[in-house]
Amino acid sequence: MSQDQTPPLTVASHDEVKEIHFDGEMEDRIKNILGRYSETQAALLPVLWACQERWGWISAGIMEAIAERLALSPAFVESVVTFYTMFRSRPPGRFHLQVCTTLSCRLCGAGPVIDELKRTLGIDFGETTPDGRFTLSDVKCLGVCGEGPVIQINDDYYTRLNTEELGRLLDEFK
Amino acid sequence: MMKPLLLRARGERNSRSLTTYLRFGGYGAVKKALIMDARDVIKEIKASGLRGRSGAGVPTGLKWGCVPKASGKPKYLICNADESEPGTFKDREIIRVDPHLLLEGMIIAAYAIDAHKAYIYIRGEFFHEAQMLEHAIGEAYRKKYLGKNILRTGFDLDIYVHRGAGAQICSEETALIESIEGRRGQPRLKPPFPAMAGLFGCPTIVNNVETLACLPHILENGADWFASIGTQESTGTKLFSVSGHVESPGVYEVPLGTTFREIIEDHCGGIPNGRELKAFIPGGSSAPVLTAAEIDTPACFDAVAKAGSTLGSGGLIVMDETVDMVWVLENLLEFYAHESCGQCTPCREGSAWALNILRRIRCNQGCPEDLETLCRIADFACRGMTICPLGDAFCEPIRSFLDRFGGEFRAAVTSGNPPRVVKAPILPTRRDQSMFAKPGTESC
Repeated sequence: MSQDQTPPLTVASHDEVKEIHFDGEMEDRIKNILGRYSETQAALLPVLWACQERWGWISAGIMEAIAERLALSPAFVESVVTFYTMFRSRPPGRFHLQVCTTLSCRLCGAGPVIDELKRTLGIDFGETTPDGRFTLSDVKCLGVCGEGPVIQINDDYYTRLNTEELGRLLDEFK
Repeated sequence: MMKPLLLRARGERNSRSLTTYLRFGGYGAVKKALIMDARDVIKEIKASGLRGRSGAGVPTGLKWGCVPKASGKPKYLICNADESEPGTFKDREIIRVDPHLLLEGMIIAAYAIDAHKAYIYIRGEFFHEAQMLEHAIGEAYRKKYLGKNILRTGFDLDIYVHRGAGAQICSEETALIESIEGRRGQPRLKPPFPAMAGLFGCPTIVNNVETLACLPHILENGADWFASIGTQESTGTKLFSVSGHVESPGVYEVPLGTTFREIIEDHCGGIPNGRELKAFIPGGSSAPVLTAAEIDTPACFDAVAKAGSTLGSGGLIVMDETVDMVWVLENLLEFYAHESCGQCTPCREGSAWALNILRRIRCNQGCPEDLETLCRIADFACRGMTICPLGDAFCEPIRSFLDRFGGEFRAAVTSGNPPRVVKAPILPTRRDQSMFAKPGTESC
């Protein structure tokens, strides 16, 4: 709970990412990434990250553009995107709340925190609030078991939560 | 209590900066190593008895020795920072406290196996930790500890950070390599081992963060000094990530061979709220559970194996007397059913099937045959039935929970159930098929 306020994600609308052409800035990033590997395909994960950072999610149009740029098939790119849980193939809310539901967090009281979270936001796991502000997901171990219960909001971890702490946290984002 | 080695900078101001690292004598080991013969470096590491800290406990020197000398192909070093086994969070601590220690270890390892490109594969969730590494790498380049002609010794090394994207299976070394190559993280069949044909088909060594962080200390102080810490078979110190029901959870560094009682009671302040210890998982969620009676087991590879578990990654999950073991197993299986990569049927179907059974039992709809089915699944999906160890990883908890807390499971399936109409299908046991026959094995 020591970080500055987490910035919202840039989430592109469906129309914005229907057809994508990489601009100069993106092209520079891709070239830089390609320089690190001896095979083009190895750049796939870093390029996907770069795109998700820019548009907030990976649309079919983005997959096609990446496939063309890296000389892969769109189906192959999609197979990779769907394998890794952190790549979002649907647009998320501006704040993506990911709650750890694995053993250590549960032992430290994640259960009530999750119930409170669902009640306050009025959504279940995998859903987005109607105003597009929050998406709630359940995730497996986030790797900070000693500080549970843990929520990841966009790129930041918020640890040692309880229901009061959670209320205060959500107020900050409202 | 011994002075920490790997976490020596914990609590220092700006502990991550190169300046602080140099104040601790940092990069002294690299200066020493780069003027030695690479074979002597490997010999030194072998003599230190250092064993891999990721779970399997393979002697590091032995692993390095498998890299073919003259294959004509480039060699790669990969640092496995994809720690994602529930209960394990030690590598994150090293990166947050002292990333240069890891970089120095990587330079030594790369020199020993003659690699000029190295990757740090870090799990996607560790966004800030990846940035910390990038920053440290930048500092090291500026001061010529990385790049071309390191410290004018003629040795070149580039290190890149490669972020994963949320797949626990990628902590398995061949899945990790697949993932760097831009594919789905599905483990490869071994052999060939990565040391022969790994990344891009070239000889590759994959070492854990903690393993690599030990190297500068060994080179600096000598193999004999390192071997004098810990026990005969398990040398050095080890980071234990303690979570669950302890007063102060966190990462603790102790010499191998320290008992779990010392770790739980002395370092972590014991069980809170005046409760009693019920059980603990000594090495991350895939390690068999141990009971309170086994708390005096020394935490070293061999003693824990003798007690019927594994030291694994040192992820210690502590549970007090209030914990329902059926619930714990359900939670663990949820993890494994979610994280199975789907490649091998025994793991993909077995973990989901076992989870369904556990859910049924928890809904008070279980029957005694369910426990038998669980045993059979656990018997069927492990020991070489899957490409990677994730098959074993979900079977070991099932077996050990039924073994040590069978009473709770039996009570859960017998107490006041409505009679069941459909009987669960029962897997063939290995005895039913001659190719699996192994005399005298009854797991539960």
